[in-house]
Amino acid sequence: MNPVLTKRSGLWQQVIARPQGALALGLLGFLYLCALFAPLLAPYGPGDQDLQKPYHPPTGFTWTQDGLAVRLYENADPTQALYRPIPGKTATIHWFPAGHPYRLFGLLPCRRHLFGVEPPQKIYLLGSDSTGRDVFSRLLYGAQVSLSIGLIGISISLGVGLIAGGLAGYFGGWFDSLVMRTTELLMAIPGLYLLLALRGAFASQFGSGEVYLLIVVILSFLGWSGAARVIRGLTLSLRAQTFVEAAIVTGLSPWRILWRHLLPNLASYLLVAAALSIPGYILGEAALSFLGIGIQEPSASWGLMLAQAQEMKVFMCNFWWLLSPGAAVFVTVAAFNLLGDTLRDVIDPHFRTSDR
Amino acid sequence: MTSSTLSSPQPDSAHLSPILLEVEKLAVRYPLSGGFLGRSRRFVEPVKGVSFRIRARQTVGLVGESGSGKTTIGKAIVRLVSPHSGEIRYRQERIDTLSGARLRPYRKRVQMIFQDPHNSLNPRLTISRIVGEPLEIHFPALRAEERRSRAADLLQRVGLSPDSLDRYPHEFSGGQRQRIGIARALAVEPELIVCDEPVSALDVSVQAQIVNLLQDLQQDFSLAYLFISHDLAVVEHISDLVLVLNEGRIVEAAPPEELYRNPQNEYTRKLLAAVPSL
Amino acid sequence: MPDPNAPPLLQVSDLAIEFASPERTIRAVDGISFSLASGSTLAVVGESGSGKSVTALSLARLLPSPPARVRSGKIVFDGTDLLTLPEAALRHYRGGRIAYVFQEPSTSLNPVFSVAFQLSEAMALHRRDLTDRRAAGVAALSEVGIRDPERCWKSYPHELSGGMQQRVMIAMALVCRPQLLVADEPTTALDVTIQAQILNLLREIRSRFGMAILLITHNFGLVKGFADHVVVMFRGKIVEQGPTDSLLASPRHPYTQALIACVPRLGESKKRLTTIDYDKLDALLSPA
Repeated sequence: MNPVLTKRSGLWQQVIARPQGALALGLLGFLYLCALFAPLLAPYGPGDQDLQKPYHPPTGFTWTQDGLAVRLYENADPTQALYRPIPGKTATIHWFPAGHPYRLFGLLPCRRHLFGVEPPQKIYLLGSDSTGRDVFSRLLYGAQVSLSIGLIGISISLGVGLIAGGLAGYFGGWFDSLVMRTTELLMAIPGLYLLLALRGAFASQFGSGEVYLLIVVILSFLGWSGAARVIRGLTLSLRAQTFVEAAIVTGLSPWRILWRHLLPNLASYLLVAAALSIPGYILGEAALSFLGIGIQEPSASWGLMLAQAQEMKVFMCNFWWLLSPGAAVFVTVAAFNLLGDTLRDVIDPHFRTSDR
Repeated sequence: MTSSTLSSPQPDSAHLSPILLEVEKLAVRYPLSGGFLGRSRRFVEPVKGVSFRIRARQTVGLVGESGSGKTTIGKAIVRLVSPHSGEIRYRQERIDTLSGARLRPYRKRVQMIFQDPHNSLNPRLTISRIVGEPLEIHFPALRAEERRSRAADLLQRVGLSPDSLDRYPHEFSGGQRQRIGIARALAVEPELIVCDEPVSALDVSVQAQIVNLLQDLQQDFSLAYLFISHDLAVVEHISDLVLVLNEGRIVEAAPPEELYRNPQNEYTRKLLAAVPSL
Repeated sequence: MPDPNAPPLLQVSDLAIEFASPERTIRAVDGISFSLASGSTLAVVGESGSGKSVTALSLARLLPSPPARVRSGKIVFDGTDLLTLPEAALRHYRGGRIAYVFQEPSTSLNPVFSVAFQLSEAMALHRRDLTDRRAAGVAALSEVGIRDPERCWKSYPHELSGGMQQRVMIAMALVCRPQLLVADEPTTALDVTIQAQILNLLREIRSRFGMAILLITHNFGLVKGFADHVVVMFRGKIVEQGPTDSLLASPRHPYTQALIACVPRLGESKKRLTTIDYDKLDALLSPA
């Protein structure tokens, strides 16, 4: 008999046992930790400007008798945003200095940051943008938006899809027809235009938090129909399995059968679907923000940062650091796809409920 | 032929025992798919007016080929399908009209064992949950550890060791899975078990073990069986009364020795001739 | 009847097959030898896990490798050792000179293609000489006792009953005129009545076309009157083999006796069936 997997713990062990699975999980773990601890890791806030230092290049490092230090630069030509390091002038890096106050995880009041330099000097690991904001700090704060939007979005759309598709598949009848016609309607609408229309229909003076919620809701609203259709099909085929008949004869209520017998059998599909759909949400947010109708200034998101990089397209090749959010999107999406593929590889041979 | 069912001779032991199940002129219809808005004027009728009764501690065998309607009759009795016409009474109470939670007391009395040992156990549940689930429903007063020890007892009773409790169905062979299915059916302490081809998917050597186990359990728990199979040789071994089903109708009903010695119906003779002889 | 002096069509000698997984290696077939003369029928009888199906699949090297691995032995078919043959040459044997009929007719036929397509495909692979595939296909369907072969030719698998599907599978095997037909539990998924028909059909086509048949079964009941020779397998080993009639009349090995005894017989109603006592067998088989 094949080595078959049934326990969920075994599943993650098998994913980690594969190199690509370990890589994907490692990358995602690192990215989410960064997002979680963004205020601690970032030396500055997402909106901290320094109008004296627009388009500052990434600062170089050097050793001094005080320890690790960064070079200081002078603005040689403000019109070209040309910076030159000043020979011999450095600022020592302090570990856990006090900086602007924040609340870690939104709860713990805190002033310490992982590293920093003595103000008014600045440390720009990934350079600065047009108003002298630290790209590295904004990347971390942007990760909070970009990485959480996928998780929340997929939870909503898979949740709605599971309830609608699962009930439609199990009970059939008019509810099934209603759900299926609705999904067909939704899938027939071109997604991008619906997004634009819905976003346009809501007031543009929304605050950042409200816009964030709105984007999640819009994306989930579009996303649940596909999941619902697949889940309905899976439920239909599971329903025909003898173990469901056995559960009915035992006297279980339909709800209990759905919860105890069908849901665990759908879990593997849901995991794969979630891993493979999250990139859609991340890219969706990035696209919306890129088009200027997503996250608004001064909040940071990867899409918004890319949009601002694009404004400076004349200088593009000179200011490569402004493209780092693009790299972050790329790595995240690739990692999720890799994880999804690995999960499917692990699950698929045993995806059918009977194993031979 | 159908009328002979009700007056058919019964073995003495079962003759005095009370009637558990009465099936009267049972017919089952399925609409053929298609038609506007799912409304269909055409039907298939796998069961066309079948009548029989099962007494306590009796085994009634139901033989027929695939398509004869035998599985549908079993499913109608446990109410997995609804009868189109006719009556099913259990201890004088009509159960064909019940539905939902009102069927629950009946489900404690009548259980089912299924053909396919690969599909009839949920692959995601441990054996202790599979066997313990009926206990949760029908003996809600039991605490978790009591359920577990009862499940262990049941497993032992069907010839499996109690350390099977925390394992999953895929770790067992076909015959062992069928034993687990039997333990699940026994958990509610039923009076009647509908056995739908319980040994057809098994090796002959395993088949013999399961048939013997069913006979032992019948003695110990005073069970009645409706034993559905396409194999007359197996049905003959276990039944007190054999019903021969052809195209949705009972064509012959007789005790097995009589059926073997003196088959009345052409179709019964065909079934008898098909059994391989050694 | 086969000529007793002719070399056997199939000669399996000292065949051992292992299945390797990271945790352990299982020896599914453990040094078995048997032979099959052309035009005769051999039944391999054993329970699940005895290695009988692995043996059947290994003949045309149909086992997936890995995990399966042939440790030793030879499979000589018509003078050629199939185990040393390159993959390309083997394709000529597979389905062509050695045809298979499997247990599940419903999954052995591809549900999205018509019978016509699947039969034509088989002919395109192994019977290039046939110009009128339709006529040959319909003829094959009628040879396997399908009453309306024209209609069957045009139908899809789901439109046929299990017995009909198995007949189509046999027709597919037949149309290539194989020298050896390997029937792996061909009737287990079927009703007893259909089982009898299929066995009769196999018997009939064997005598008509003179092919050899290797029947794999768990049921001794099917062997009598069908096979010339019987091989009894238990846990990867052959415990007994011989001519069917003498083996059935006086089985020598306790396992053979037990396996014969557990077949239910008609006319013994309400008697307990005989089961196999594996503990006793183990005690007998393992030298202390």
